[in-house]
Amino acid sequence: MSHDTARVERAALETDREYNPALALLRTSVGRNAGLVVALALICVVGAVSAGDRFTSTDNALTVLRLAATIGVVSIGMTFVIIGGGIDLSVGAIVALSSVWCTTLASQQFAEDSHWTMMVLIAILVGAGCGLVNGLLIAYGNIVPFIMTLAMLASARGLAEIISDKKTQILGAKGTDVSGFKDFFNREILGVDVSIWIFAIVAVIGWVLLNRTTFGRRTVAVGGNPEAARLAGINVKRHTVYLYVLVGVCAGIAALLLVARTTTGSSTHGNLYELDAIAAVVIGGTLLTGGRGTIVGTVLGVLIFSTLTNIFILNNRSFSEQSLFKGAIIVAAVLLQQRLASRSTTT
Amino acid sequence: MTSQMTGAPGAQPLLQMTGIVKEFPGVRALDGVDLDVRAGEVHCLIGQNGAGKSTLIKVLSGFHHPDGGTIAWDGEEASFSTPAKAIDRGVATIYQELDLVPHLDVAENVFLGHEVSRAGFTHRHRAYERVRELLARLGHPEISPTRIVGELSPAKQQIVSMARALSRNTRLLILDEPSAVLDQEEVTNLFRVIRDLAAANVAVVYISHRLEEIREIGDRITVLKDGRTVATGLAVADTPTSELIRLMTGRSIQYVFPPRAERGPDLGGPVLEVRGLGLAGVFTGVDLTVRAGEIVGLAGLVGAGRSEILETVYGARRASTGTVAVDGKVLRRGSVGHAVRAGIGLAPEERKSQALLLDEAVYKNITVSTMARFARLGFLDQREERRRALELTRSMDVRPDGVTRAANTLSGGNQQKVVLARWLLRDCRVLLLDEPTRGVDVGARSEIYQLIRSLADRGVAVVVVSSEIDEVLGLADRVLVVREGEVVHESAATAIDEAGVLDLVMEGRVPA
Repeated sequence: MSHDTARVERAALETDREYNPALALLRTSVGRNAGLVVALALICVVGAVSAGDRFTSTDNALTVLRLAATIGVVSIGMTFVIIGGGIDLSVGAIVALSSVWCTTLASQQFAEDSHWTMMVLIAILVGAGCGLVNGLLIAYGNIVPFIMTLAMLASARGLAEIISDKKTQILGAKGTDVSGFKDFFNREILGVDVSIWIFAIVAVIGWVLLNRTTFGRRTVAVGGNPEAARLAGINVKRHTVYLYVLVGVCAGIAALLLVARTTTGSSTHGNLYELDAIAAVVIGGTLLTGGRGTIVGTVLGVLIFSTLTNIFILNNRSFSEQSLFKGAIIVAAVLLQQRLASRSTTT
Repeated sequence: MTSQMTGAPGAQPLLQMTGIVKEFPGVRALDGVDLDVRAGEVHCLIGQNGAGKSTLIKVLSGFHHPDGGTIAWDGEEASFSTPAKAIDRGVATIYQELDLVPHLDVAENVFLGHEVSRAGFTHRHRAYERVRELLARLGHPEISPTRIVGELSPAKQQIVSMARALSRNTRLLILDEPSAVLDQEEVTNLFRVIRDLAAANVAVVYISHRLEEIREIGDRITVLKDGRTVATGLAVADTPTSELIRLMTGRSIQYVFPPRAERGPDLGGPVLEVRGLGLAGVFTGVDLTVRAGEIVGLAGLVGAGRSEILETVYGARRASTGTVAVDGKVLRRGSVGHAVRAGIGLAPEERKSQALLLDEAVYKNITVSTMARFARLGFLDQREERRRALELTRSMDVRPDGVTRAANTLSGGNQQKVVLARWLLRDCRVLLLDEPTRGVDVGARSEIYQLIRSLADRGVAVVVVSSEIDEVLGLADRVLVVREGEVVHESAATAIDEAGVLDLVMEGRVPA
């Protein structure tokens, strides 16, 4: 009898993930993220060896982060959509449309009469509006996210081209005063660009939202098992709309960062952002099937890509080589994750 | 009763597994399993959830490679390292979760992987002909080979799966809980097919939770417990049920239904009132009143509309006629959110796909319907969530203890407790339970029954749907019998017996 009890206890221990330190750690999000940190550290070592001081300088670190900021903000939004079981291919096009719309505004008389924050508001509203359209048609029109956002990708960029007449709109080109906008975004706080701070703030808000709020819990539920979420009383359709609005807002913020950095709005802005963002999210350990993912992982994914880009540039390697390498990294990361995932699900 | 000889003593078994070990990281799923199956016998494999039955059949069908032990096939040592090798040897498996391609038609599914073809071109007419023969042999000539499989009921999908097994030269057929998706009549048909196969010298491994079925169809029994064979080759005829339960659980228990509340006519007032509820093409004119503290059972065949009635009451399906009211307040049609706010909870039939977030922690599964209560301005108090969840799981004796483990580490019975805890936490007024003991092992069943009764005693109005008539009769105070979308009978559970209900669901006759 006591032998039996011992067996049962052992079985209970064995099936308990918390009791398998090494493997369990790799399966947890913390462990996976630790793996990403190690990868990032290795990449930095490569950078330091190949480019020396040019890589390790503080200035360069800021360059990397500046590079990461725009795509990073988009990726945070993308993380939510993907955890919620969707995908958004239109983020790049939304960035373009937002940038064009808010710079059009800035070049018109209207801008003279209103505060520069109007631009900020417009960019975010345009992003939210596109997201709302995506969300409503996906949730209530039952259009597959892939198709709906593909359509938005085409339409939003098309609209951006119409509004801008395919011309690059230079901020304040018509003599309007946009100094307030420029001053705000080109400022440094504690020696760090505002754009980097904005990325950091968006990431922190994203983390809190995902891990500490009902919104985050619902996102995981909706993505992990939509039927169970629905039968548990969660309004899955409404939540889906929120998710696409959220990623749209992120795209709007990214558009502002891009406008500030380039001082232009253009229908070519944000080209292929959707792929960079999805790549960063996937590298960060978020499942494309939904239901699981972390903000920290996404941030690390973004940093890994921007650091790599930086190293390639410092070593005068071509953009093509960079792309080739990026592809290889994505495949390697996903293969690794699948291994871990398959180990954790077999019983 | 089986009329068949189970092979002469000393006859060489078709399959002999010895000391099979299979380890997964952290779990030894199989820890020395012995199993021998003879041609022409129906060999029953029983054991509680997690005993290793599923892993064992996956080893047999080539999905898992064993870490130890030997498998002999026809007396020679053999390897079943890939599904293709297993299939070549003539092993066919009908899984619990059917492995059909929903968008292909019946014939395409049956011949998937071994299409009837000439020089690479599929030979449709011959395929259809052969499928028609197979389906007729399986007692379902009415299924058209051109029907899209996803449109068929689960019971018919299982028939298609069987046809696929028969379309190959099958020597060993493994059936994993085949009766779970079947009603009584279908089970009778299934048993006829199994007997035919056994008579044709096919070996059948039959896995089931239902001991009465094993009595009816089995020749010999192997009992698994905690990944080990605790008894093998028991003759069905000579082994008492109590002995089997003892072997499976290490305890001696029967299905014990908790006593009904003694209150009789002075139960609480009506809580759930359903009037003239209908769903176009599925059921019509359902009237149902459940009072506080009462358990009402819905009996009927699979496909009679029982689950649909529950889902419509819950708002998961939009009613075409009629009303649902809780405490006198009429609910909005087709709104789960409204139903939940009014105090209705549903434990759906498919626990894993409809109720649980399997990868998520137990406590998150429990609080998912009450999240707002733990939140201030949207921020969750997770410590409080865990505390309340732990209180509940402890009081319900969910094992193993601990609310931060993922829901998929629990057995079926304990998962069901987690779903019940979710609604318990919400203090719901009405609880709708669809097949509450599906996939729950013998030992945990009584606990679930006890729990349901104690919920009722606290004043919850409970509606239970079950395919097992004895469960409905044993658990409920009042029974409604549903047949082809209509309530054909309503009475106190004690006023009708199993044969009476059976008669009603099959024939629609009022018992004499």
